[in-house]
Amino acid sequence: MLTVALDRSADDARPWIEAAKTTHPSLVDSEHVVADLFRIVNVPTGIWIDERGRIVRPNDAVFGTDTFVEMHGIASGPHLEALRAWVTAGAAPFATADDVRAHQVLPTAEEQLARAEFTLAWHLHRRGRIEAAERHFLRAGELAPHDWTIRRGSMPIRGLDPMGEALIPLWNEWAAAGMPYYPPMKPRG
Amino acid sequence: MTFTLLDETRPLTVDARIDGDRVRLPRAAVRDALGWELKPQGLCRGERCVLVPAPAELIRDGDVDLAALAKLLDRPLALDAAEGAACLGAAADERAERLRSLDAPDFTLPDVNGRPHTLSGFRGKKVLLVAWASW
Repeated sequence: MLTVALDRSADDARPWIEAAKTTHPSLVDSEHVVADLFRIVNVPTGIWIDERGRIVRPNDAVFGTDTFVEMHGIASGPHLEALRAWVTAGAAPFATADDVRAHQVLPTAEEQLARAEFTLAWHLHRRGRIEAAERHFLRAGELAPHDWTIRRGSMPIRGLDPMGEALIPLWNEWAAAGMPYYPPMKPRG
Repeated sequence: MTFTLLDETRPLTVDARIDGDRVRLPRAAVRDALGWELKPQGLCRGERCVLVPAPAELIRDGDVDLAALAKLLDRPLALDAAEGAACLGAAADERAERLRSLDAPDFTLPDVNGRPHTLSGFRGKKVLLVAWASW
């Protein structure tokens, strides 16, 4: 298991990592490199990669527990069972590479521009150019309105509570759009 | 003026000429910092060359126009000329092609203690990669 925190610093991620007493590598991705490489648009996102470095199960909303199942409707059980079957018995979730691809959502030019705006905003913010940064954070959010790594991910940086009022418009727009996250995926088995 | 160009997330400091919203970089800076060089056959980096349909748009007063370069390379450009900074992001097509190949893109990131880990270092093991956040 390899976790990647899309957080602005190790300090934000550390309390959670320490509380979980993790034994796997817990990485910090303050530049959202992994979000860019894998087109990650929300957290948590789980991706299965096999021994040869091949993606065998692409981006999916995966949870380790049912703590918030009433909110997001995704039960943790089926994915965990499929994961166990893969790890212990090599049960592949999809029969063919094309089946895997059928469940991928690929990045658009707009989404990539949003990421560039976010990167610029973060850079400007760290240089103390707060107003300029804010313009680019907002622009990024306009370009990718359903990318929570951008719209919600920027909230701690911008001094907004990611659990508070700022979340409401994001949630409403996302719900109105049919809650795009990743296409529904059945684990096999 | 001193200009910061973020090549994806990598910050580069270059000397730029800024004219309103137009940013021009010296050809040597584009070659040294980004690896792209204008040759008779086009704009080239290593073995790869891109045809330049409008050279007068790309090269103005001997310098490389940043927006024209981004367009030619099909890479997104987030620009703040007033702040002297820009981010040249990764092309959607390039990201998409890589993901379609199903070869997981490689990366190196630090853990909470600052120690770097590389995804390809886990070859030979199954990996569940989970992206999460404190937000």
